[in-house]
Amino acid sequence: MEFFSDLVEYLEINGSVVLEALRDHLYIGLVPVVIAFVLSLPLGFLVVRFAWLRVPLLTLSSILYTIPSLALILVIPGIVQTNILDPNNVVIALTIYGLALLVRTTADGLGSVDPAIVQAATAMGYKPVRRWFTVELPLALPVVLSGLRVATVASVSMASIAALVGIGGLGQLFTRGFQLGFYPPPIVIGLVLSVLLAVAADLVIVLVQRAVTPWTRARQGA
Amino acid sequence: MDGSFFSYLLDGANWTFETNGFGTRIVEHLGYTAAAVLVAAIIAFPLGLLIGHTNKGAFFAINAGNAARAVPTLGILFLVLAVAGLGLVPVIAALVALAVPPILTTTYAGIRAVDPAVVDAARGIGLRERQIVTQVELPVALPIILGGLRNATLQVVATATIGAYVGQGGLGTYLFSGLALRDYPRVVAGSVLVAVLAVLLDLLWSALQRVLVSPGADGRATRQPSRAMQFAMSRRIAEAGPSGGTPDAGVG
Repeated sequence: MEFFSDLVEYLEINGSVVLEALRDHLYIGLVPVVIAFVLSLPLGFLVVRFAWLRVPLLTLSSILYTIPSLALILVIPGIVQTNILDPNNVVIALTIYGLALLVRTTADGLGSVDPAIVQAATAMGYKPVRRWFTVELPLALPVVLSGLRVATVASVSMASIAALVGIGGLGQLFTRGFQLGFYPPPIVIGLVLSVLLAVAADLVIVLVQRAVTPWTRARQGA
Repeated sequence: MDGSFFSYLLDGANWTFETNGFGTRIVEHLGYTAAAVLVAAIIAFPLGLLIGHTNKGAFFAINAGNAARAVPTLGILFLVLAVAGLGLVPVIAALVALAVPPILTTTYAGIRAVDPAVVDAARGIGLRERQIVTQVELPVALPIILGGLRNATLQVVATATIGAYVGQGGLGTYLFSGLALRDYPRVVAGSVLVAVLAVLLDLLWSALQRVLVSPGADGRATRQPSRAMQFAMSRRIAEAGPSGGTPDAGVG
């Protein structure tokens, strides 16, 4: 088919461009999820520990989520004084979205730990810090990690918006196809790579989840 | 950040229904959003009901739904553009693709979350399958399903800005023209309007939810027991005997 030979030809000529787009996409798509995940743990802790924080924090996070990503990417350089083409604008914007998603699921996960288990751990002499890290957090992980999966896939897929502002990533392949008069090969390559990247990242989280929460499988097998 | 940040937004001359006035752009933006959510609901809602009720094809639906979330909206926009040419179709198609997964997965999950004992009881008193879906499962699952529609609407209204990139107007117009002209207040105006629109639509959905959902289905009719109490109750129910096998989400 002509389309496939076009695809192969495009890859042969523009292989380095495609690789560079993929590398940029890895950075602007995945770094925000990591930052957001790390930040969501203390915030989720605070929401569970201080119940009055729940409504204001979760309302704030859903308001943040309503800001269009494109707008956020455009407004951030004005606030943090970076260049409008700085990839870190995208990282900041996607971190905000990731955080908005993850605070809720982390709080839900930590809140879903059976209070009787926490009491049992306390009775066994666990001090609060150790109890949180070795009892509450692990038990919350299934919910927390399922939130992380959604946030990761969303982040990788949203990162292509950056191309509309002129920042790198797989979205560049879309705009390239657009500028070449709707030439499909770069668009299709960008789409496929973006989905593969999201699926691969998702798979990594699933594997980590299987490794760190073996009891969920034991229960399923029973 | 000075006062001029909001100058474009606060300029009364922009608040018109002329071609580039806020009025026109807001109507366009709302139109795309409504059309996309409606089409997505027509596709995803019956499918979610069917899969949720029969539990057939659930594996396919969940994974297809999750994979579809990974597809960048921008890529779909340009791909449909390459096939169908310039116009409204690519914009609506891209937004529909964005809205289908959340509606499909929440409809399915909502129906699956209905207590199997309730469905058994409905079957036991002689309801037909169709009646079970419309009179038992749907009302009980409605809070979750509406949550999915609400979520889809939020994503669509925020993403509809990309329509302007391919010349179809909407509030994204201010973002792209502002970027091209290095006119910051214009970008701010577009961003603020989209965010306000999103918040208003969110309020609309929560009002709809209060009207549509039965007070018995979302706990408004009963007093919330404390968390410890809920645990004690669920334990007692679990110990009382098999309740038809509660579905365990587990690694899913």
